[in-house]
Amino acid sequence: MTARTIRTLTAATTAGVLAVGAAACSTPDNGKSGGPRDAAVVGIAYEPDTLSPLLGYGKDGNSKIFDGLLTHDAKMRLKPALAARLPQVSGDGLTYTYTLRDGVRFSDGEPFDADDVVFTYRTILDKKTNNASKTELDAIKSVEKKGDKTVVFRLKYPYAPFAERTVLPIAPEHVASKQDVNTGSLTTKPIGTGPYVLSSWSKGEKLVFRANPTYWGGVPKVKKFTMAIIKDDDVRATRLRSGDLDGAILPPNLAATFKSDDDLRTLTARTYDYRTVTLPSDNPVAGDRAVRRALDVAVDRKAMVDGILDGAGKEAYGPVPTDSEWFTKGTERRHDLAAAQRILDEAGWKPGKGGVRAKNGKRASFTLWYLSGDKLRQDHALAYASDAKKAGIEIKVQSGTWEVIEPRMKRDAVLAGGGSPADPDFDQYTLLNSALAGDGFNNMAFYDNPDVDKALAEGRRSGDKAKRKAAYDTIQRELVDDPGYTFLTHIDHLYVLADRWQSLTTQVEPHDHGLASGPWWNVEKWRPKK
Amino acid sequence: MTRTRRPGLPWLPMARLVGRRVLFAVPVLFCVTFGVFAIAAASPFDPVKAYAGTAGLTASQENLDQLRANLGADDPFTVRWWDWLTSAVTGDLGDSSSLRQPVAEVIAERIGWSTLLCAVAFTLAVLGGTVLGVLAARRRGGLFDRAITFVCYTLEAAPPFWLGLLAVWLFALKLDALPAGGLTDTASEVATAGQVTHHLILPAAVLAVSQLPWFVLYVRQGVGDAMDEDPVRGARARGLSERTVLFGHALRSGLLPVLTLVGSRVPELITGALLIETVFSWPGIASATVEAATSVDFPLLAALTVLATVAVLAGNLLSDLLYGLADPRVGFDG
Repeated sequence: MTARTIRTLTAATTAGVLAVGAAACSTPDNGKSGGPRDAAVVGIAYEPDTLSPLLGYGKDGNSKIFDGLLTHDAKMRLKPALAARLPQVSGDGLTYTYTLRDGVRFSDGEPFDADDVVFTYRTILDKKTNNASKTELDAIKSVEKKGDKTVVFRLKYPYAPFAERTVLPIAPEHVASKQDVNTGSLTTKPIGTGPYVLSSWSKGEKLVFRANPTYWGGVPKVKKFTMAIIKDDDVRATRLRSGDLDGAILPPNLAATFKSDDDLRTLTARTYDYRTVTLPSDNPVAGDRAVRRALDVAVDRKAMVDGILDGAGKEAYGPVPTDSEWFTKGTERRHDLAAAQRILDEAGWKPGKGGVRAKNGKRASFTLWYLSGDKLRQDHALAYASDAKKAGIEIKVQSGTWEVIEPRMKRDAVLAGGGSPADPDFDQYTLLNSALAGDGFNNMAFYDNPDVDKALAEGRRSGDKAKRKAAYDTIQRELVDDPGYTFLTHIDHLYVLADRWQSLTTQVEPHDHGLASGPWWNVEKWRPKK
Repeated sequence: MTRTRRPGLPWLPMARLVGRRVLFAVPVLFCVTFGVFAIAAASPFDPVKAYAGTAGLTASQENLDQLRANLGADDPFTVRWWDWLTSAVTGDLGDSSSLRQPVAEVIAERIGWSTLLCAVAFTLAVLGGTVLGVLAARRRGGLFDRAITFVCYTLEAAPPFWLGLLAVWLFALKLDALPAGGLTDTASEVATAGQVTHHLILPAAVLAVSQLPWFVLYVRQGVGDAMDEDPVRGARARGLSERTVLFGHALRSGLLPVLTLVGSRVPELITGALLIETVFSWPGIASATVEAATSVDFPLLAALTVLATVAVLAGNLLSDLLYGLADPRVGFDG
């Protein structure tokens, strides 16, 4: 009897033990010490949908595989890449002429020339190309080559920030013209002129890049660069701790847990990444100027930065962050609940039942949506609603997917995010221009202010920086008197990575920070520490 | 040289059964694909928004409208279904809008990994289930039997993704013994056999464990019942060893219902794989299905549904064939 029981138990546990045992035997040695100097593995949260520049990949630069005509340096100043020098702009601001760099070849050995540039821009603007970002090139009337080494862009209207758009990566005409632009192999097996070539892409898992041995800008010291796609913040942190990753983007609370680790350092990237509340003009409460102004001062931005962002961010008063050269000093709004109450009192919003104000029988109440599952937006929305409540405005916070939110955007407020650092026009034109009210996700507040419209037009047309600055000052001052949005915070992006490379930097980052952002924006320039 | 005379396999009736099932599959696939297109069209997800991603948040309405026209997202689903069907019949499965690749290419890249995962998990579940089931049936009502039955009912109630997350938490995060996901180590890019095996253990084990209880309970029931039948009692009475009785007599007749189970578990295996592949970022067909469904990627979704339907029908056919072979009384009339 006992023998049988033992046999039974043995047999029963064998199956379970086998699995665990096999696992233990084959566990790799994940030592944190050192790691190869010519390889780096980093964890990022978002995966590109495609690697084809024709479909929108790398449109803001730093695409690793491709180069644009121009590129940004660490301070976000433009410098030539595939162009030999910065473009010549005609006096009327309508013609941009680029002279191309000599001797550049694609990674398959074919030479790069003006045909590739013309092909890339024409294909993107083609109606049949499924590129969701083509609106950004709206100013282009025509693009033509003048000889093999010169490309001329003609614009429909003077557009001062046009050169910023030409960081867009150039695709090889000899490859891309022979395939379907929307589904061809360029989308998964790209060929470019950039510092890296794609070695493999395992979708949902990782992208592996290898140094391009013939890169015109010098062969990168980091020979192999792997980007692991890890959506979950906690998993990313764990894999960084275990030594599986050399670096990762992390939310502030998780980044803080690495403070005491001497092998790792934290880099904080300044950003244009704002969170804002859209206050739709068609909503009788949120569209009321007094309510908008009251909310603008009733909200405690400092508390949000400290409480929600753990200090990793700044108070936002508009799309332009306070430390930008384009910011208008003096437009900062102090948190002042008494002022908010005074504004509402004067406008006839009288205290009513349950602490909610009312005017002519209309309760000061509206709905605020945030994207479900987005913790950061949820926290902002709840804090905003609680600040508003103190001033006597009731905000009902609801969550939903964009499919649920979009049809309601005309009437309900939305906790939105955005931010493009390259030029003040990029954010402000789409956020504030009355002509774009309700156009897709542009101008979600249906903001309509003729003075702002005029300044927006002036800001994008004038080639003179002082004039542009004056135009954007006007807009920022108008936003104090007539806010269509309540801007809440600008969010810092935190990166933790192994201390193995010299003088790492970060650029000023946009809202949409996928593969191009982070300290690895210029991984091709990384130098190992001695 | 001795030759044992064995009756040949009943090829003709088997072929007839296969033929009938293939004919039957045509209207089934017809209806299933139609259903998929109808459900996808009724879902709240917008293919254009899914395609545009974050770029869609700054795109102009004109740009989005053009995308909608290019993707054919405006056509009624019946038109899209018919277009898809007519070109699929000629072998053109269309292009996946979510993965920006031809559908055939997506399937070719991924089906191997899914097959590997499912085959390993299914084999583990069948073998493990049989062993545990026989052991439990040996002494019904004993401590081991009660323990295993309890565990099985608990596991049956546990959803596979929950088991997966639990396993990731325990083995990858706490014990750091196994990788949390993917096909290979992050720093490595060639899928060596060793690495794939190492990364396969956790997802395959979890998928197997989620399927295991049904096999254990079926085998336990079948073998247990067979133990009470006359042939087994007779064998015992003749003093045959316990092992011979158990494996030679009881198991043989007790396994019959398990053969049916093999077929009927295939759909569960596929849904299980769907969740497991997503949890473990396994680059297989199933994780592409989730992607296809949430981005209303009609061509990919339809092709993968057809594939799943074919797998289910084939599973049923296989179990009917095996059953007919194992028990000649049943025949091949189904």
